[in-house]
Amino acid sequence: MTARDTDWEGVRLHVVTGKGGTGKTTVAAALALALAADGGTVLLMEVEGRQGIAQLFDRPPLPYEERKVAVAPGAPGVPGGDVYALAADPESALIEYLEMFYNLRHAGRALTRLGVVDFATTIAPGLRDVLLTGKAAEGARRKAGSRFKYQAVVLDAPPTGRIGQFLNVAGEISGLARVGPIRGHADTVQSVIASPQTAIHFVTLLEEMPVQETLDGLAELRGLPQGGLQPGAEPGGAGPGGVQPGGSQPGGIQPAGVQPWLFHPGGIMINMVPPVDLPADQLTALAAGRADQDELALGLKAAGLDEPAGAEAGLAASLADELAEHARGALAQREQRERLARAGQPCYELPLIPEGMDLAGLYRLAAALREQGAA
Amino acid sequence: MTGPHELRPAGVRPPRLETDRLIDDPRTRIIVCCGSGGVGKTTTAAALGLRAAERGRHVVVLTVDPARRLAQSMGLSSLDNTPRPVPLPDGGARAGSLHAMMLDMKRTFDEIVEAHADPDRAAQILANPFYQSLSSSFAGTQEYMAMEKLGQLRRAEEWDLIVVDTPPSRSALDFLDAPQRLSRFLDGRLIRLLTAPTKASGRAYLKVVNAGFGMITGVLTKVLGAQMLRDVQTFVAALDTMFGGFRERAEDTYRLLQAPGTAFLVIATPEPDALREASYFVERLSQDRMPLAGLVLNRVQRSPAARLSAARSLAAAEALQPAAGNGTHAGNGTPAGNGGATGNGGTASGNGGSAGRYPLAATALRLHAERMQLMAVQRRVSQHFTAAHPGVPVTEVPAQPEDVHDLAGLTTIGAALAAG
Repeated sequence: MTARDTDWEGVRLHVVTGKGGTGKTTVAAALALALAADGGTVLLMEVEGRQGIAQLFDRPPLPYEERKVAVAPGAPGVPGGDVYALAADPESALIEYLEMFYNLRHAGRALTRLGVVDFATTIAPGLRDVLLTGKAAEGARRKAGSRFKYQAVVLDAPPTGRIGQFLNVAGEISGLARVGPIRGHADTVQSVIASPQTAIHFVTLLEEMPVQETLDGLAELRGLPQGGLQPGAEPGGAGPGGVQPGGSQPGGIQPAGVQPWLFHPGGIMINMVPPVDLPADQLTALAAGRADQDELALGLKAAGLDEPAGAEAGLAASLADELAEHARGALAQREQRERLARAGQPCYELPLIPEGMDLAGLYRLAAALREQGAA
Repeated sequence: MTGPHELRPAGVRPPRLETDRLIDDPRTRIIVCCGSGGVGKTTTAAALGLRAAERGRHVVVLTVDPARRLAQSMGLSSLDNTPRPVPLPDGGARAGSLHAMMLDMKRTFDEIVEAHADPDRAAQILANPFYQSLSSSFAGTQEYMAMEKLGQLRRAEEWDLIVVDTPPSRSALDFLDAPQRLSRFLDGRLIRLLTAPTKASGRAYLKVVNAGFGMITGVLTKVLGAQMLRDVQTFVAALDTMFGGFRERAEDTYRLLQAPGTAFLVIATPEPDALREASYFVERLSQDRMPLAGLVLNRVQRSPAARLSAARSLAAAEALQPAAGNGTHAGNGTPAGNGGATGNGGTASGNGGSAGRYPLAATALRLHAERMQLMAVQRRVSQHFTAAHPGVPVTEVPAQPEDVHDLAGLTTIGAALAAG
């Protein structure tokens, strides 16, 4: 379709997860814009009933209907494509599913009135998840004529703590339904989600807890025990989205008969990266509070920050304190960045947008994702 | 505390949340920390618990999903479903005691089943695949089990203060709704429909459900498959015997939350999403007549040099480092400027080399301007909250440069909570 090489060529379903508070919905929306920049149509889907997409694009709550929410910024000579959005809920997905597969729309409504979906959510969330992931998989495979309706689907998925369970629909269902139509549906959905056409991206901040959750989530996707990633282990040789031969599994141990790489880990999107202004070689000294206050005071004076006698020193001391705090933060962030780099997946950095997130901010993030090859 | 670094100017100032008064009051028996994910709920709960213990209370902190290092920060190698003693850093004369525990949702659920059903029935329920799915999933169960555990700890009467950290719910409503949702679910027509065939036969149960029953079971069989429908029915029938006890406990817990000894703290960060969620909590708590103590605002940016405005600071930086430095800096907002893992600082040292006099001062001034801008944004969103909820007391915790990983870090947070 385009001459540009991106890291996720061939991926049709982008699942975006992350710890709460990391900006998962924002990054999912930016990714959808970035993917649509070559002129294709992209579907952005949310499943948690939070209406985060509507808020982000400053629109009234989205119904269970695919609606155009934005036009992607085009490249020179190429008009940008459209981003459609859908807020999927299990009730509507069930009714649609019953209609699509059984021609049972009315029965579906009756079941909803009876509380079947509430029931399913309560006693078997796997049923709920299969309806939602099923909708995403359907969007990714839907044809309009001979072409795919959507060039890609971006799913704003549940948080990292629940992602393994959310994606492992067949596994969650298999204990409940050994045979039967639900099981069949779950297996079909699973075959899409576990294929190389689906990549699971992680959104994180450069803070310890989100980074830890990202590493735990990656380990879970790779079928390793939590925390089983070896520091410094080589990443899988097959590259992004590739099928991994069992032998080069990080840690090297793969129980016989267990399929490695059940899911295909995608990129690590490091969100809200603060601009780093401090020289790397001075970070440690500055963090220890060894900024040269005399130099600062002279600088302030030279800059025309004239204050009553003696006040320059006060200002210089205050700024030195700020420098030290900033340097400590930057050092802590560097440590987290190094941990992520060892995880063996491509990392992308998205700048902090200090003015708060709006459409212009989303476009900036989308541009950043494209510059770095994520889309 | 007054001074130039305060987040709000006078006039729109909300009442101050006095956390020490709250934890020192012996009538406060339960503190529930709620808020959206990633705002520092668990850390706040742990810091409050530690401070209360240091001030003489006998405290247990119930947490749902702490980072491993938070467990380590309390000197525990692991947190399981049992309260574990946390050694206090300095056992002063006034010191009380601190325990911490992490909720094991499945084990808590298993214990309820075992307590409410005879051994045979319990075994039958525990082995059912639907029970296993229900009890180990996150959707709703975790919220309910957290409240159940809270009730258990309260009834144990071993602690005079319980600090609980609520699960990172998809929706603010989940943990408040869990007890009622369970009740509604257990009373639902669907349950009656599913249990009816095993209780009665023939026409008797047709009266129980509405018309169209044949159609419904037909659809269920078609969609779920006969085997799955049978498993559901067995499970529901098995649970049926313990429904009464379940519901009673759910309602007890709900009343416990409304009782005078309970205080809710809504936790947020000064960001639009977190404060929108906080608003939602505040409204919901008042609607349910739950006692709200106030809002804890974490990660508030402050500056010891707030008298120097962003605009003046930036202008001064530009006076020191004209054109080149300015152009390079504008690139910092993009990832190319950030330079990934190894390239940091290239811009700043470049500035120093080429254009700048006093490069350190110029950098300090730019950082200060950024900080002041962030503070202005935070102030705006916080004022928005206060305008909507003027009566809600607020305490602010300054942003910490590093994550908390030991008791000293928790002590710092606790002191900041008290200082407001």
